Amino acid sequence: MSNFFSYIVQGTAITVAVTLIALPFGLILGLLMALVHTYGGKILNRLAAAYSLLLRGVPPIVLLFILYFILSGRVINLSPFWAGSLSLGIVSSAYQMEILRGALLAVGGGQMTAARAIGMSRLQSIRYVVLPQALRIAIPPWSNEVSIVLKDSSLVYALGVPEILRRAQQLSATTQEPFLAYGTAALIYFVLVFATNRALDYLSERTKLPTHS
Amino acid sequence: MPNPILETRNLTKIYGQNIIFKDIDLKVNEGETIVIIGPSGTGKSTLLRCINLLTSNDGGQIFLDGKEITAKGYDEDKPRQRIVNEDKVRQQIGMVFQNFLLFNHLTALDNVLIGLTKVKKMSKEQAKTKAMEELNRVGLVDRADHYPGQLSGGQQQRVAIARALAMDPRVMLFDEPTSALDPELIGEVLGVMAKLARDRMTMLVVTHEMGFAREVADRIVFMEKGSIVEEGSPDDLFYHPKHERTREFLWKITELYGKKEKGKADGK
Repeated sequence: MSNFFSYIVQGTAITVAVTLIALPFGLILGLLMALVHTYGGKILNRLAAAYSLLLRGVPPIVLLFILYFILSGRVINLSPFWAGSLSLGIVSSAYQMEILRGALLAVGGGQMTAARAIGMSRLQSIRYVVLPQALRIAIPPWSNEVSIVLKDSSLVYALGVPEILRRAQQLSATTQEPFLAYGTAALIYFVLVFATNRALDYLSERTKLPTHS
Repeated sequence: MPNPILETRNLTKIYGQNIIFKDIDLKVNEGETIVIIGPSGTGKSTLLRCINLLTSNDGGQIFLDGKEITAKGYDEDKPRQRIVNEDKVRQQIGMVFQNFLLFNHLTALDNVLIGLTKVKKMSKEQAKTKAMEELNRVGLVDRADHYPGQLSGGQQQRVAIARALAMDPRVMLFDEPTSALDPELIGEVLGVMAKLARDRMTMLVVTHEMGFAREVADRIVFMEKGSIVEEGSPDDLFYHPKHERTREFLWKITELYGKKEKGKADGK
């Protein structure tokens, strides 16, 4: 019985690893796209908008299969683990882009104007004035996206990556204890999501700007 | 006559079909305080933004220290480099906005300091000394560690003035600096500006504060519908206006100002 649990728990490391690759990859890509959409010219703006629309208009699992066959095809040949993680990151980048775009808009054009007025370049204004404020604003909606990526990491089971769900499925088949197997998987996911949300709430509280009172 | 620090010739701005202002000729000499007055929507604020290159002009020229900053095109010797580096120009022109626009994620000190370290590339220590001096100039040394959200509107605007001053600008532009303030906070900001004028800072001020215009301005410019109607000393404009419209406007705004004062007194 202890084997049973340790087998699933070992999958947790893989789930966490997939998430830890997909999230930052999606964040960097999403941030780039959000900046291009907000500050790029007309053409770049359109391209970024199309990128977001396309990725958000198709179910993640479908995209995962498509991207998987690109990323572990003839030209590039990544392992299912890497192909799956990066694909998840690409899917998430579209959602993270929208979160960051909203945050950039919420900061407002005035901050950019004020930064330019003291002689900062556009890039400096974004880096030192707009982004530090936008990222603060983005933390609460971003923490929601973190939960989604964490849970969507279960999709890579379809590519044969031995993460939590994959292992739960195997155990369910061999032990004929589906409730116990999937229940354990569910519990692990819940604990992970709960803990990260709490951590990000704390971060949001810590980075809050002081006001009156 | 000395060469003016700032000069506009036939400066014109058009948005689509609307002429915001047309053929504005303005000369600002070193140490002068010029106040621009006029009804809302006559292009006063856009004029300031234009001078600071925050918005482009559609005609005419702007000169800073005799050099045209509106020059288009590229240098012949350095074909990859624009004749005018807008960022360099803006460093020399300070701007104070109606709604303060302090960097909300930075303390008062860091608001003043960031331009020194990131734009002027000063060392942190040097920048801090300079920033504290500027905060001292606006009387806010004791608020150095406060964030904008912890400051009153008047204090925020004074920090914004310090932020602009820290760059050692040749000219300071003020775009209705007290319009967003509660009446009891206006005085502290005008006080700082009057002190700057006494120190012979070159200033171009758009405001509706007629008391300030009368007492501090060396010259007053009355703008309406995108043109300069009349300019002259405060005495000329307030007591011997040449144009009927100037007289009318001043009469109206003085009456409004008087009423506001009266309303305040009644409230007590």
